[in-house]
Amino acid sequence: MLESELAKIKDEILSVSGVNPRKCMCCGKCSGTCPSYDAMEYHPHEFVHMVETGDIEPLLTTKSLYTCLSCFACIERCPRQVEPAKLVEAVRMVVERQRGPQHLEAENVPGLIDGDMPQQAVVSAFRKYRK
Amino acid sequence: MSGEKHITYSYFPGCTLRNKAVELDRCARVSAEALGFTLEEVPDWQCCGGTYPLAKDEVATKLSSVRALASARDAGHSLVTICSACHNVIKQVNNDMRTDDSIVQKVNNYLKEDKISYHGETDVLHYLEVLRDVVGWDTVKAKVKKPLTGKKIGAYYGCLLLRPGKVMQMDDPENPKILEDFIRAVGAEPVTYSLRNECCGAYTIFEDKTIPAERSKKILADAEEHGADMLVTACPLCRYNLIKNKGDSKLNVVYFTELLAEAIC
Amino acid sequence: MQRIGVFVCHCGTNIAGTVDVKAVAEALGKENGVVYSTDYTYMCSASGQQLISEAIKEKNLTGVVVCSCSPRMHENTFRKCAERSGINPYMLEIANIREQDSWICKDMPTATAKAVALGKAAVAKVTLNAPLTAGETPVTKRALVIGGGIAGIQTALDIAEAGFPVDIVETKPTIGGKMAQLDKTFPTLDCAACILTPRMVECGQHENIRILSYSEVTQVKGFVGNFTVTIKRKARYVDETKCTGCGECTEKCPQKKVPNEFNMNLDNRHAIYIPFAQAVPKVATIDPDYCMKLKDGKCGVCSIVCQAKAIDYTAKDTFIEEKYGAVVVATGYNPIDLSKYNEFAYAESRDVVSSLEFERLMNAAGPTGGTLLRPSDGKHPKTIVFVQCVGSRCSADAEKGHEYCSKICCMYTAKHAILTRDHYPDTECYVFYIDVRTPGKNFDEFYRRAVEQYGVHYIKGMVGKVTPQADGTLDVQGSDLIMDKQVHIKADMVVLAASIEADKTARPLATMLTASMDTNDFFTEAHPKLRPVESPTAGVYLSGCCQGPKDIPDTVAQASAAASKVIGLLVKDKLKNNPCVAESNEDMCNGCSQCENVCPYGAITYIQKDFRGPNRTTVTRRVAQVNPAVCQGCGACTVTCPSGAMDLKGFTNKEIMAEVDAICR
Repeated sequence: MLESELAKIKDEILSVSGVNPRKCMCCGKCSGTCPSYDAMEYHPHEFVHMVETGDIEPLLTTKSLYTCLSCFACIERCPRQVEPAKLVEAVRMVVERQRGPQHLEAENVPGLIDGDMPQQAVVSAFRKYRK
Repeated sequence: MSGEKHITYSYFPGCTLRNKAVELDRCARVSAEALGFTLEEVPDWQCCGGTYPLAKDEVATKLSSVRALASARDAGHSLVTICSACHNVIKQVNNDMRTDDSIVQKVNNYLKEDKISYHGETDVLHYLEVLRDVVGWDTVKAKVKKPLTGKKIGAYYGCLLLRPGKVMQMDDPENPKILEDFIRAVGAEPVTYSLRNECCGAYTIFEDKTIPAERSKKILADAEEHGADMLVTACPLCRYNLIKNKGDSKLNVVYFTELLAEAIC
Repeated sequence: MQRIGVFVCHCGTNIAGTVDVKAVAEALGKENGVVYSTDYTYMCSASGQQLISEAIKEKNLTGVVVCSCSPRMHENTFRKCAERSGINPYMLEIANIREQDSWICKDMPTATAKAVALGKAAVAKVTLNAPLTAGETPVTKRALVIGGGIAGIQTALDIAEAGFPVDIVETKPTIGGKMAQLDKTFPTLDCAACILTPRMVECGQHENIRILSYSEVTQVKGFVGNFTVTIKRKARYVDETKCTGCGECTEKCPQKKVPNEFNMNLDNRHAIYIPFAQAVPKVATIDPDYCMKLKDGKCGVCSIVCQAKAIDYTAKDTFIEEKYGAVVVATGYNPIDLSKYNEFAYAESRDVVSSLEFERLMNAAGPTGGTLLRPSDGKHPKTIVFVQCVGSRCSADAEKGHEYCSKICCMYTAKHAILTRDHYPDTECYVFYIDVRTPGKNFDEFYRRAVEQYGVHYIKGMVGKVTPQADGTLDVQGSDLIMDKQVHIKADMVVLAASIEADKTARPLATMLTASMDTNDFFTEAHPKLRPVESPTAGVYLSGCCQGPKDIPDTVAQASAAASKVIGLLVKDKLKNNPCVAESNEDMCNGCSQCENVCPYGAITYIQKDFRGPNRTTVTRRVAQVNPAVCQGCGACTVTCPSGAMDLKGFTNKEIMAEVDAICR
């Protein structure tokens, strides 16, 4: 991608998330506390670092966007209130908005649910993966 | 509260409590009446969406919550929720409507057509907060007819009831007591274990089933190792994930309102 | 009619390169009241000053204007010159035509015009100047040191050695502070008690030092050189003059369940206690919250076994009032409360401890007699994880912890790790760090020893969650940023490097002293670089961690520095005040208190004064009074005063308006 395109995407990510990545002191507590660390390719601290340095391309296609649990652990425990999860969500939103919702297709859903699954799960998944 | 004043709250059940988690809802209402307060369902409520949108420019996804909040305000009540996810969404949206001017403006612009204008006037309470702060644990204890003596129960808060701490303000997010106090009030012995406030995996069942499987196994193992016979929770998705991924664990997972109803009715 | 002399300095080419100094001298020579105007290459030099001096005498000058560099450079120089030459030093004004003119203007015409304008303003001001005389106040030759830790001890010893009497006021029953709780000190690994206790004894025995232990300052009145302080001596229920410190009472006391603060509540003490064996003064104290005799009227064993008959259950708090010339604040620090950090399971597991608790566990006089044992089951830990920066370096909006770096933790953690590996070579130590900050002398070498000689594992990353396991171990989950992994370490103990903060008594004390503090409750120094041991409030000095986190070498250095300032003050018999202070015109003052409220130095008080009223009556009015010894001449009161009664000598409202008018002409 062109540098100017990446710069625009970075601006969009920052304004959508409301995050100031420069507050980060690179302590690693977010990744230290993330319950989904092993299921993510890029981890919370890497999101913060890579958005700030502009190395955004790898983030746009990573599966990490969908394996963040939105559990607020990194938001709660970051000593500098950087709120990495908001960056993860912002990257996902920017991707989804640009290319349109593709990640969770409605026709695949029946195969994934069972009789006990609460609606809450389907609704949350749709909101997270298709907005 | 000793039966003098009967309080009515506006109540937002959420989609799951009307369907796959009816027991959570039914037991809540029945217990409420026994404890001296009424839950009056918000008319024409819409699904909260299940997760709070973290983006600053997300407005449409917050509207259903605002409509419920405005409805509660107009009825002159605080709004009570039971499902952890609904509570998390609505409370965070309410906080936006109290603190973020740009969201307040955009939301109220959207809702002009419905003739709604809302600025965060309503208080959002979780059912457990009503028990702790309005009814009082002593009153709950006094109403218990069948104490759950001898049961060792672990509280499973999940991630949504307590975090982010500055907005949810229910309890200390790292060292909560509210569910443990509840367990004591119904006569059982609470078991504390560290993973009680860590995420079960939530909606990632749709992405990679191994994630909630891993998370749930760890949580159940931690609780069981520390001596719990069962877990209580307020979130239908947590309960689903924990039970689905039970594996070798002997732990049963029930809704806290089921325990409450069992004890006082 | 004034006879004013104007002296324009070239300052080499600094001024003359951009300003036409001869033209300036000529222009100013034409001003009203100017009888002599000249220029010279270096006005501040001996020959330059000679020039001024001769002109004053020969031309009978009554006022002097020097157009030169900033008054911050040479105002004092020229004032002294004026005084030597026979005119009042305050009949002299500086026009700054260097920093405010030649150094910033680019072309000569602009620069010269500005120099003339500034010169005219100075002339207009001097025309209205009145001679001022600095007042004098006496100095009480006695110092007060508030706080008996190493900072207070060092300061007191230095002042006492210089021959002045010092009182140390300490809230605990003994002096010694936090250093008495430490095991070894970095980077030398000296035993803390071994180097501290001789100093403590010296304080106890020095003829010039009086230790007021178990006491607090409750009120401070007065100003530099003349403080009157009220000190509360808390009831010990033991007569200090009779108690020999034998310890019989502490052994026989049946109340054994009192949490022992000296050991960070890791074990218990008795209701009657001596905090530690080397306490100074070595006197027992009864804790009224736990003593059965004082609470319920039962027991009384200690008074029976006391051979010296020193126990007195009827004792009450007493108050004494003392006068001091200088006050030194040395109230020290405390580690923060870790109850909000339960992601590390601090509240849940007894084996997750703070750094100071770990010091006690390592200390030979501590709860485990110096063997490192887990508080939960007394077993020896085989794996210890140290977590850095708990509660430090947090942003203000996190609303949890402090923004600053606590400075000592990187070093003491390396120390803890080295000592552990030295005593127990089969115990593994892991340190999760963000940065390793070791700037002092021999500090980085110390940290390298930990890694290279002692094999301590340093991991760049942070612990996110500690989960106590059923088998008694702790699962420590953290990030290893260099390896890009989330690691799990099975630990037996976790040590949290808790942030340190100012003592709780600091803020009320600052209010009593009218000393300024920052938002972290650290006392502010008069200048962060050049005046680190003085508070902006005259007569109040700062020593140790009350001014900011620091280690022992820095504390002792600062303590001696504060002492030297105190000695410099006490050595004077009289203090000369700055005469450019505020003064209230009693005829115009309406007693509204606005000035008193706004004065940052507490220099203004109100008195009831009698004035002559109509028909030979006396009218009593409430009027402001400025203490010239405390007033720093900031002028805030003059602005606030609604009636215009308050004015600043040397910078009167009329003088300032005259300057403005001169520039605008």
